[in-house]
Amino acid sequence: MGRVGRLPGGGLAKGLAVTLRTMTRRSITRQYPEVQPDLAPRSRGVIALFEENCTVCMLCARECPDWCIYIDSHKETLPAEGGGRARMRNVLDRFAIDFALCMYCGICIEACPFDALFWSPEFEYAEYDIAELTHEKERLREWMWTVPPPQAHDPSAEPPKEVAAAEKASARAARAPRTPPGAGA
Amino acid sequence: MLEIVGKLVLVAAAFALLPLLVGQAEHKVMAHMQGRLGPMYAGGFHGWAQLVADGVKFAQKEDVVPRDADRWVFKLAPGVALVPYLLVLLVVPVGPDGQVVLDLGLGLFFALAVMGVGVIGAIMAGWASANKYALLGGMRVAAQLMSYELPMVFAASSSAMAAGTVSLTGIPEEWRWYWLPWQAVGAVVFFVAGLAELRRPPFDMPVADSEIIFGPYTEYGGLRFALFLLAEYAGIVVLCALTTVLFLGGWKGPFLNTELGWLWTLAKVGVLAFVVIWLRVSYPRMREDQLQKLAWAYLVPLSLAQLALTGVLKVAFG
Repeated sequence: MGRVGRLPGGGLAKGLAVTLRTMTRRSITRQYPEVQPDLAPRSRGVIALFEENCTVCMLCARECPDWCIYIDSHKETLPAEGGGRARMRNVLDRFAIDFALCMYCGICIEACPFDALFWSPEFEYAEYDIAELTHEKERLREWMWTVPPPQAHDPSAEPPKEVAAAEKASARAARAPRTPPGAGA
Repeated sequence: MLEIVGKLVLVAAAFALLPLLVGQAEHKVMAHMQGRLGPMYAGGFHGWAQLVADGVKFAQKEDVVPRDADRWVFKLAPGVALVPYLLVLLVVPVGPDGQVVLDLGLGLFFALAVMGVGVIGAIMAGWASANKYALLGGMRVAAQLMSYELPMVFAASSSAMAAGTVSLTGIPEEWRWYWLPWQAVGAVVFFVAGLAELRRPPFDMPVADSEIIFGPYTEYGGLRFALFLLAEYAGIVVLCALTTVLFLGGWKGPFLNTELGWLWTLAKVGVLAFVVIWLRVSYPRMREDQLQKLAWAYLVPLSLAQLALTGVLKVAFG
């Protein structure tokens, strides 16, 4: 290729070669509506709410840079059980995310301490009316069904903390009969 | 009489079909050369009906003539651009033994003269639009015609000199395989100059859309604009057909020249049309001065050298 370029007219031939080679390769066009895109495993399509886990701690709404999360709740008093005090409990009335404002930063999901918010790869929820883009909690709960299971770890990665701790505990249990505690040496 | 009518029908069909085929090929080839797919929807299968859909769209549009335009010239220009190419097709032979509508003794002169008229359409459009960009484009068309007509005629006359005739049916008769190296320079000059006359990229300075909008065609829309586009693709067909007849032996193929002559002609035209598209995709637009320099400093001397070579060899061996 380098030698061809130095001949007179070689640059012209080079240009023709590039286009001809490109023509023989598969085009990179994605035919989206006909063929669904293969998205990255953690792609950010829509935010799903696992309502049962939500404690109305409001952390997500406070951390949201766009203030696009709306939460309403009321307190409920649970009747005392077995001589204890009556307990107060937060009940979620409204949880809505305005996806017209959301910038898909994912800070709410990071901030949630109770695993109530998840990324879902679904992205086809365009609307004709901007108000429709505010998804109420029922719709956010529906998105939960589209949340993929967590990605498997890399084969060479460290095992997850829970697994490592459980293995350590079981190893300790396996060693235990030989040197039972308090048996004396 | 019936034979003539049949031939006319065939030429009309070719004139309607071949430019569309070239246009569709351009869509698809250009797309794939750029790593795209091109039209995929119209007609269902790989967008085969894209140009039909375009035609329907153009036909539906309003026919607008600018207020200050020279109305008659403005309206006439697309026809002047298109019809000459149809006339040239009449004298282009597709096979031996009278497989041509009009076997003119002066076929080559007729073809070159009439092809030159096609360019007038663009100049008319540029002048009549009453638009400064259109006028600039028209002037560029005129300048391009002036400089490229000369090497084109020289190269064509080299082929005619080698054959000893200016009849378009006579030239392929005389054609032998050794014309390929002998007339190679002439063929390239003819093809390049023809491209420039058609204002095909990289010689599309007259319609340079990034600086003068669309040159002479700026004010056109709808059907008249479609006619200009059709003229461009018909021009490609005519140029490829003339190059085939003059330099590539027309209907002469490896075998069955008489029976399959028309197929060889069509195949050669197709390959050349592909080259036209290929050049368009590969090269950027030439600047006006580069364009003029290519014509006067390279193509004219090259074509003269080819003429000299043809003459010397013709005298020495003929």
